[in-house]
Amino acid sequence: MKNEMYVEFSSISENEAFARVTIGSFVAQLDPTMDELTEIKTVVSEAVTNAIIHGYNNEPGHLVSITCTLDDDAVELTIKDEGIGISNVDEARQPLYTSKPELERSGMGFTIIENFMDNLEIISLPDNGTTVYMKKQLSKKTVSK
Amino acid sequence: MSLTASFDVKQNVLIVRLSGELDHHESETLRSEWKKMMHKNNITHVILNLEDVSFMDSSGLGVVLGRYKEVLQLGGEMVVCSISAPVYRLFDMSGMFKIVRLEENEEHALSALGVAS
Ligand SMILES: Nc1ncnc2c1ncn2[C@@H]1O[C@H](COP(=O)(O)OP(=O)(O)O)[C@@H](O)[C@H]1O
Ligand SMILES: [Mg+2]
Repeated sequence: MKNEMYVEFSSISENEAFARVTIGSFVAQLDPTMDELTEIKTVVSEAVTNAIIHGYNNEPGHLVSITCTLDDDAVELTIKDEGIGISNVDEARQPLYTSKPELERSGMGFTIIENFMDNLEIISLPDNGTTVYMKKQLSKKTVSK
Repeated sequence: MSLTASFDVKQNVLIVRLSGELDHHESETLRSEWKKMMHKNNITHVILNLEDVSFMDSSGLGVVLGRYKEVLQLGGEMVVCSISAPVYRLFDMSGMFKIVRLEENEEHALSALGVAS
């Protein structure tokens, strides 16, 4: 069975926790393991934070959206902003790469997402916003097979 | 759930105890408090107690790395202790244990730094 949700919120850092908790409770109905739930909350936190601080340069008056789809035991997440976009996606995905070292960024966001999810696609063009698509198959299926 | 930080100084060691969720939103206040505590007290080493941290992401790593660099300039060491399983994974994946020392608890961390607790 397919189940989908959509949420849109202001680009302020208070909403990073809101986003993780919201997605976490939606995904809970698939009965994920504690590890899987932590992984999903972490990637939501990473992508939403990126939208706020990189996409919108920490400006509060913009919107970030999340679509979450549960399809059998797969979780799909699409996190979107209409911000500055990324000119070199390959470079952005490199471990430790950050365009904002002055903010003490670790540059590990995309690396963590790659580790925690099965798929990561970044669709972005300069001045045209960024869409981060991620997918994860929960373990339940493979266990009961 | 937000983040609370408490600080304690033992000889030349600053003990930082965190509790709650460490994300980008919480990282800014933590950074300024932590920096203030480092500069106000005459410290060389830092012990970071993560026992009650239920969530951390790469923004949290950024704050820890920033303070690690400052400790290094003071000629000191950073020791992390009482880490939970999910935070351990995050640190491990990010290569943090190549630069910070891991100890089981605060007592072990203090004796590793030559301070009797
Ligand atoms: N939504 C976004 N909009 C614009 N740039 C982004 C976005 N997400 C990521 N980036 C770019 O990709 C880089 C790497 O992101 P990440 O791995 O999360 O590291 P960090 O957030 O620590 O800089 C960022 O420094 C930024 O240049
Ligand atoms: Mg990031």
